Amino acid sequence: MGPPDSPSAPPASTGSKKPMIDIVDLHKTFGSTKVLTGINLTVPAGSTCVILGGSGSGKTVLMKHMIGLLKPDSGKVIIDGEDIVPMSVQGLQQVRRSFGMVFQAAALFDSMTVFENVAFPLRQHTSLPEDAIREKVRKRLELMSLKPEVENRFPADLSGGMRKRVGLARAVVLDPKVVLYDEPTTGLDPITTDSVDEMILTAQKELGVTSVVISHDIASAFNVADQIAFLSKGVIVENGSPEQLRESTQPAVQVFLQTWFGKN
Amino acid sequence: MTTETPSKPNRLTGAFVQSVEGFGRGLIDVIATIGGVVAMGLDIFRWSVRRPFRLNNLFTQLDFVGVGSIFIVGLTGSFTGMVFALQTSTAFALFDAESLVGPTVALTLTRELSAVFAALMVTMRAGSAMCTELGTMRVSEQVDALETMAVNPVQYLLVPRVLAGLFMVPALTMLFNTTGMTGAYIVAVFGLGISPGTFLSRTQQWMAPSDVYEGLIKGAIFGLAVALICCFKGYNASGGAKGVGQATTEAMVASALSIFILDFIVGMMMH
Repeated sequence: MGPPDSPSAPPASTGSKKPMIDIVDLHKTFGSTKVLTGINLTVPAGSTCVILGGSGSGKTVLMKHMIGLLKPDSGKVIIDGEDIVPMSVQGLQQVRRSFGMVFQAAALFDSMTVFENVAFPLRQHTSLPEDAIREKVRKRLELMSLKPEVENRFPADLSGGMRKRVGLARAVVLDPKVVLYDEPTTGLDPITTDSVDEMILTAQKELGVTSVVISHDIASAFNVADQIAFLSKGVIVENGSPEQLRESTQPAVQVFLQTWFGKN
Repeated sequence: MTTETPSKPNRLTGAFVQSVEGFGRGLIDVIATIGGVVAMGLDIFRWSVRRPFRLNNLFTQLDFVGVGSIFIVGLTGSFTGMVFALQTSTAFALFDAESLVGPTVALTLTRELSAVFAALMVTMRAGSAMCTELGTMRVSEQVDALETMAVNPVQYLLVPRVLAGLFMVPALTMLFNTTGMTGAYIVAVFGLGISPGTFLSRTQQWMAPSDVYEGLIKGAIFGLAVALICCFKGYNASGGAKGVGQATTEAMVASALSIFILDFIVGMMMH
């Protein structure tokens, strides 16, 4: 645990696993607003890291740096041993193929069926024959507990939870090394939230992916996380296991956790 | 205690300053939009010559913008030709020059009206759909999803749409010429009793291939401008459903204005 006055808490112990994501002293400013002020974060391969924090704390900006959608003012973003900050557009395209991303509202292409959505990355980046694509899409949908009947439905005909499942099936269809989840449980009822948590755990267990979850949902974070990093005002003020976070003495963390644990 | 009320000159000065500020803001917006459209155009050109060439997407857009507009452009063309023949024949009858109905309609259509009307029809039918679709994709994070899947959204979404505008508006201009002249012929020959030989020979006498080329060049320029503006507004939409609606309105107004302004500029350059 980092000292209260440090600009950013040191990374939690990564054990023997090699780091998949290593963020070093990351700074980002928009105009005169400092959004990230010295982020240090290490996510070991195959683990699930939840970045927890309130609205406007810089979670989404941090995630966008991980996939190269934003360039930092200074600092390093090392993905699987390679710093992506100085990379060209073509280099970043290559790196992004090892990522899958699940959006808050799933961001499925509404002009395509479920099958076409999940098959989209395969059609763009592989030369697999149609039979192999069909087989792979079916397996991924099955892994997400979706029946083959949904294949021909359009996103508008699916429930919120089903859309999230299709979104994850699409995110993992190219067998990525990392899956990023942008507030996956926001706006869902408790039962659907549980099923989304289950889906995140399944993806990690069955596919061995490294997962990074951006969330302000404390219950969900404690359900899925191996590691929780707490972001407040552009700085990671706590970083450790869920148990370590619960015992944190940081005022920002305590106030945030009280909203949940204070009630339970 | 006395309360100070602003004097009349002060109020007038305030209103003047406000209107100047409003004008300045509007001007800055226009310049920013033109700059944004030009920058996006350059980006689209860069991505249009890079692999992979997405022919499926291009043909889908060619079909949507071109084939899908055949009926409306054909219909508009035939009625424009018919009404134009009717009105000009009334005027020409005053000095026994009805034989000039054919060439007058032909020159007006080929040089000016066909390209302008075809572009306006494409703006209303396809441009609005382009802007709304791209805007909805932007606000529902579908554009971001493409980017995270290592698919360049400019190449995947914008290149086919802009190329479709560039190629299909000249084709629709030609269709407008054809249906317009057919409509004018029907009204002139069957309605007004002008001899078919006179109508056709006079038209041939006064027309040159350069008149048709002028219209086609204008069509290509209008098509490019309309597609770029609609893509720019939709691609940069923000603020949910309201933002998409606002972007579409702005795209329609800017496209229509740009057609008339470009028509004047290109016409002036060609003559």
